[in-house]
Amino acid sequence: MTNLAIKEYITAHAPEATYDETGEWLTIMVESNHLKPLAAVLHGQPMQLDFLFCLTCVDYKTHLTMVYHLTSTSNRNINIVLKANVDRADPIIETVSDLWRTAEFLEREVFEMFGVDFLHHPDLRKLILEEDFKGYPLRKDFEDPINMIKL
Amino acid sequence: MYNQTEIIKDTTDLGPEGELIVNMGPQHPATHGVLHLVVTLNGETIKKIEPHLGYIHRSIEKMCESLTYRQFIYVTSRMDYLSSHINNTACALLVEKGMQIEVPERAKVVRTILNELTRIASHELWIGAMAMDLGAFTPFFYAFREREMITDIMEDTCGARLTMNYIVPGGLMYDIHPEFQTKVKAFIKQFKEKVTEYEDLVTGNVIFQSRTKGVGILTASDAISYGCTGPVARGSGVNCDIRKIAPYDAYDRVEFDEIIETAGDSFARYMVRVKEMNQSIRIIEQLIDNIPEGDFVGKTKNVLKLAKGEFYQRVETARGELGVYIVSEGGTTPHRIKFRSPGFSNLSVLNHIAKGSKIGDLMATMGTLDLVIPDIDR
Repeated sequence: MTNLAIKEYITAHAPEATYDETGEWLTIMVESNHLKPLAAVLHGQPMQLDFLFCLTCVDYKTHLTMVYHLTSTSNRNINIVLKANVDRADPIIETVSDLWRTAEFLEREVFEMFGVDFLHHPDLRKLILEEDFKGYPLRKDFEDPINMIKL
Repeated sequence: MYNQTEIIKDTTDLGPEGELIVNMGPQHPATHGVLHLVVTLNGETIKKIEPHLGYIHRSIEKMCESLTYRQFIYVTSRMDYLSSHINNTACALLVEKGMQIEVPERAKVVRTILNELTRIASHELWIGAMAMDLGAFTPFFYAFREREMITDIMEDTCGARLTMNYIVPGGLMYDIHPEFQTKVKAFIKQFKEKVTEYEDLVTGNVIFQSRTKGVGILTASDAISYGCTGPVARGSGVNCDIRKIAPYDAYDRVEFDEIIETAGDSFARYMVRVKEMNQSIRIIEQLIDNIPEGDFVGKTKNVLKLAKGEFYQRVETARGELGVYIVSEGGTTPHRIKFRSPGFSNLSVLNHIAKGSKIGDLMATMGTLDLVIPDIDR
């Protein structure tokens, strides 16, 4: 599948999606409430993007962006980056852990490091940090009085 | 929510359903690091395994946000310390990709040789430690005899035996040691003679086979869904070798086979690693006599600045796919850096494959996942 064919296919399912082809891989941007339906479309036939190899979040100071790197084990040439902006004050997004089980741990990490709330996640709690840890360490405005990293 | 008092609750109290909670780690000898597993048992059968992480969390991702593109490579040696050359390669490749730095052929070939030596050293350590977890002490000394030769080569080349920091953006930090080729050839000779000893001692061992065959079965679809990579996924029949999918450095000009086993049990994962060592030897043999003359480092600016944008680089470490994701705002430091570590995803599958088996088999299952804890915690 070429990038053009992928774009046509996605536009048929998610007309509001925007694209960015400046990077190495095709990047698709959607609204956070449209992410889960589009993820389900990409996971199913005929795209079969069954391998989520990276899930993370980026803090842009004005908003947070969820980033999903997808590929297909049957066709390794297809690599897609899926992105959705979430509100920084009240970050909520639907979980994708029912499509890709690896997201269960990765979303827990994003939850504790960025404070993003994943709806319908089976077991959303802290994974690496202590339970009584205050704040979200990977956000840009996080300040730790003991181990200060000035950015 | 899981609260701390539950962890230290009196284990003689079996609770209403006869559940017993056993804490494995963080000081358990077989976890080879500070991994804490809270195992819920029903009799001897595992009902649930919950990993508790963070005992060696250093927040490398946050640290890297304040380090320049020359500095952040040194931190990555401390992630998966058994694959430090390969971690460094991933970061160097990413910076080279972002800045379009031309890497000399000599550096590419030496990097590939060092990466494969690292892979052998890592698998050697794993075989020794894995056999020791299952009660066999001798293979540990056999494996370390060969591993010692590799660490000696590393010491000659870069001055360090574990955290090398030898690969930098643009090529290598120094040229190779004059005796590098002789020593590597001596190692290949010894390895080829001695590798049959492991086969006799471990692979054909009845006790080892009966403890690993049919234990911790992972199907191909689960391996994909849980994001498993490396020998764990290849033991279940998933093609996932980044060296084949997206060749970097000199991997596109060497011949080697991607090892695939289809059984999906602990023994299959063991076999993948043993056969992978032979493939690594094959790669080194093709390159060691053909190291091109010339510069060992390309021309780079003193201050490295990545263009505004996003970059992703994948490499195959001894444990699987390592991904480095950088969001750059155009400055000298990354805006956001994410390390997709292979151990993290491989650990997430542990509960799934160990559930329902006996606690005695947990060692065989967990051992073959080849977990390195600093790689998981980062």
